[in-house]
Amino acid sequence: MNDKIEKKMVKTIKVDLNKCIGCRACEVACSAFHSTPKYSSINPARSRIRVLIDDLKDVYVPIRAGEYTPAECSGRNTYTINKKKYRECSFCNAPCPSRAYFKEPDSGLPLKCDMCESDPPLEEPLCVQVCRVDALTYEEREGAAADEEVRDEMDIGLEAMVDKFGLDKIRDTVARMAKKE
Amino acid sequence: MRFTETGFNLEIDLSRGNIERVETDPKLTDLHLGGQGTAAKILWDRVAPEVDPFSPDNHLIFSTGLLHATPVPGANRTSVDTFSPQTNLYSHSIFGGFWGPELKHAGYDKIVIRGKSSDLVYLWINNDKVEIRDARHLRGKGALETGALIQEELKEPEAQVAAIGLAGENRVYMSTIEHANSSASRGVGVIMGDKGLKAIAVRGTKDIKIAKPPELFETCIRMNKEIYDNPDCGCFFRHEDDEEWHVNNFAWGNARERRKGFWNKEREEQWTAITRKYTVRWTGCYNCPKDCHLAISYPGRLKYQLKCYSKLTYAMAAFEELEFTYDILGVTQEYGLDGFSMPQVLAFAIELYEAGILTDKDLPKFPLDSSGRFFYLVEKVVRRDGVGDALANGVYWAARQIGNGAEEFDHNTIKKFEQVPLKLNMINYPYFLMYATSEKMNITQTEGSYPQGPIADRAEREAFVKNWDAAPERFKKWFLEWEPRQHPSIEAACNIADWNEIMHYVDDAVGICAFLSSFRGQFGGRPPYHLYNLPEIISYATGMNIDDDDLWKIAARNRNLVRALNIRRGMRRIDEKPPEDHWKHRDPEMETKLLNSYYQFKGWNNDGIPTKKTLDELSLEYVKEDFVQRGILSENEGPASKNGYAEKSLELKQEDVCHE
Repeated sequence: MNDKIEKKMVKTIKVDLNKCIGCRACEVACSAFHSTPKYSSINPARSRIRVLIDDLKDVYVPIRAGEYTPAECSGRNTYTINKKKYRECSFCNAPCPSRAYFKEPDSGLPLKCDMCESDPPLEEPLCVQVCRVDALTYEEREGAAADEEVRDEMDIGLEAMVDKFGLDKIRDTVARMAKKE
Repeated sequence: MRFTETGFNLEIDLSRGNIERVETDPKLTDLHLGGQGTAAKILWDRVAPEVDPFSPDNHLIFSTGLLHATPVPGANRTSVDTFSPQTNLYSHSIFGGFWGPELKHAGYDKIVIRGKSSDLVYLWINNDKVEIRDARHLRGKGALETGALIQEELKEPEAQVAAIGLAGENRVYMSTIEHANSSASRGVGVIMGDKGLKAIAVRGTKDIKIAKPPELFETCIRMNKEIYDNPDCGCFFRHEDDEEWHVNNFAWGNARERRKGFWNKEREEQWTAITRKYTVRWTGCYNCPKDCHLAISYPGRLKYQLKCYSKLTYAMAAFEELEFTYDILGVTQEYGLDGFSMPQVLAFAIELYEAGILTDKDLPKFPLDSSGRFFYLVEKVVRRDGVGDALANGVYWAARQIGNGAEEFDHNTIKKFEQVPLKLNMINYPYFLMYATSEKMNITQTEGSYPQGPIADRAEREAFVKNWDAAPERFKKWFLEWEPRQHPSIEAACNIADWNEIMHYVDDAVGICAFLSSFRGQFGGRPPYHLYNLPEIISYATGMNIDDDDLWKIAARNRNLVRALNIRRGMRRIDEKPPEDHWKHRDPEMETKLLNSYYQFKGWNNDGIPTKKTLDELSLEYVKEDFVQRGILSENEGPASKNGYAEKSLELKQEDVCHE
């Protein structure tokens, strides 16, 4: 058992920047899927996929929310691809302090793409389903099981709060709120 | 809780700098749905008929549609409503893109603007924070350029901006409001400029609630696929390189000449190569899988997006090639000029010059070539420089200001507004009615549900009718009976004109794009949205309980309210006529009969005024009372005109030609 490398299905969404028409149907679908109850509200600002659009520069980049990071980058990258200039954060998927993307608009808590995990599972993540022009395509491939821990949303959210306020303050606040209940 | 709506309008008084968030009456949603419908109600309540369009008391209303910010694909068209200085009548235009849904997420169904700013300002709406900001540094900036500059200065790359260019600032009547890949025209840009409002930037991050979430979402996923797969919707003309149909059937120059034989294989290859050369991307509007817009990058011009028929309007008005279109659109886009009316004004000016009515004194150093003349005239018009000041008021007014016989060259306006350059052979009954009576001023905003031409092959025709889910039963019968070169009966013509325009009133209230609905039944007969699936979609989204009859009635109410706005401003039967030369072969007797019958069919009296009975049936009693008080309707009015429908079909001798 121990000498066998564990395999698992790796889910990926491939992005083709040239095919994106900038319609943001992916954002609408994502925000609907992740609302509670499901599909009960729409709000692209809550979407875990955003299309970064800069019309005049012909920049259309669909990007999925990744791991939260508490710090801004120390240096920034700008990209020139096929003579096209991309903004410094165009390809970054991290909710971070320097921009508004991938944060709950009211609480500011970070969002992360979960590939539409649900029971029963969807055939494909919803953003891929509504992307008829195939800017987004879904792929499953077999890969080595990484030691990636599966973290739930509350872990991620709490960690962001801890970074912001410190663990003690959070503990006190929770205790105070529990008392009020 | 109100579903799909925010329940609030933003009221802006630019004279006083006052900003208010005002709760709206949910009953108005039941009566008018939203968009154009509720905007017409506000105009009725607040803008008295005596108000000059350039008065601070005129209102400029930006309305989201009822279905904006829901998952319904293609619900993204913002309605802009006001009164136009060109027609002195109600002015309405719609633009797509992303702006309307963003406004809803910011917490507002409408922005209602009144007053006038003493200096150029822009509006910045960031959820609950609303500011009127100095825009003097944006004076003269291009329309899309303004959007980018505002995003930059606010550090809000996600703000959606609708802006005017220099044309709007200088109150050019053909000016537009530009946003991303879309624009609003037909007299709304000039009012935005008159009010001193350069732009409206919006950012919204609030939730919009859905009444029946799983039902609506399941439907929308299905519609998303259906729309993408349906070749008969969207702007399919933009995806075709073969322009034969348009270049052969539309008139060139100042709506003068049809050029048979212009189109050939060689030209098609040249034009295709030119388009490929400058195309950078196909783009779509908010939450719609159709890529109707072509992003164009022309050397020396800011990137812009080709909209609809503008690919041909400038080239054809100037008797030029496609290269010219892509070049001049780079200029007119940033000035904020309408691609329908502006080319006609320019072609009209060139005719006046060639006729010696305008001279070298009016147009010093006027270039010899048509392309050069167009660029020259654009600059004169947007700056209202010299004779450009008259031309900036559109063909009708320019002709009268210039005088000296110029009136003769104004041959393609209805209600003082430039029409699509179509000059056809034989009068077409439903089109006669639509041209005469529409108050959306452009045939493209009125036609679209009933096919433009019959299907010659009987079996094909039957197959078409069998799959025609969008059509009420009576139209199936008429279409089955329709043989080539035959007029529909008066009864059918009335019904066709009515259905066509009613569907536009549905779309413009809920905010759905006409290219997925009201405009897209006429070729192929398979619009994704129609009378029989929209009620369910609206019900799922909003929780309202409506069926197709209810939807029709609401649209008819909105339509009659719009007519009431114009009747109160003096519009009458005498104004309801297509240009004299629109068809070569006219039939005055039949035209009178058609108009009489249509008025009666619509529940209007012989002068085109909705009768008391009609107004009562549509819960527009307040309009009735106003009309009686003003003497527009008398206390004891007689019955409407009594001509009845003539149940006869007429054989046509010449091929009749389709429109679009």
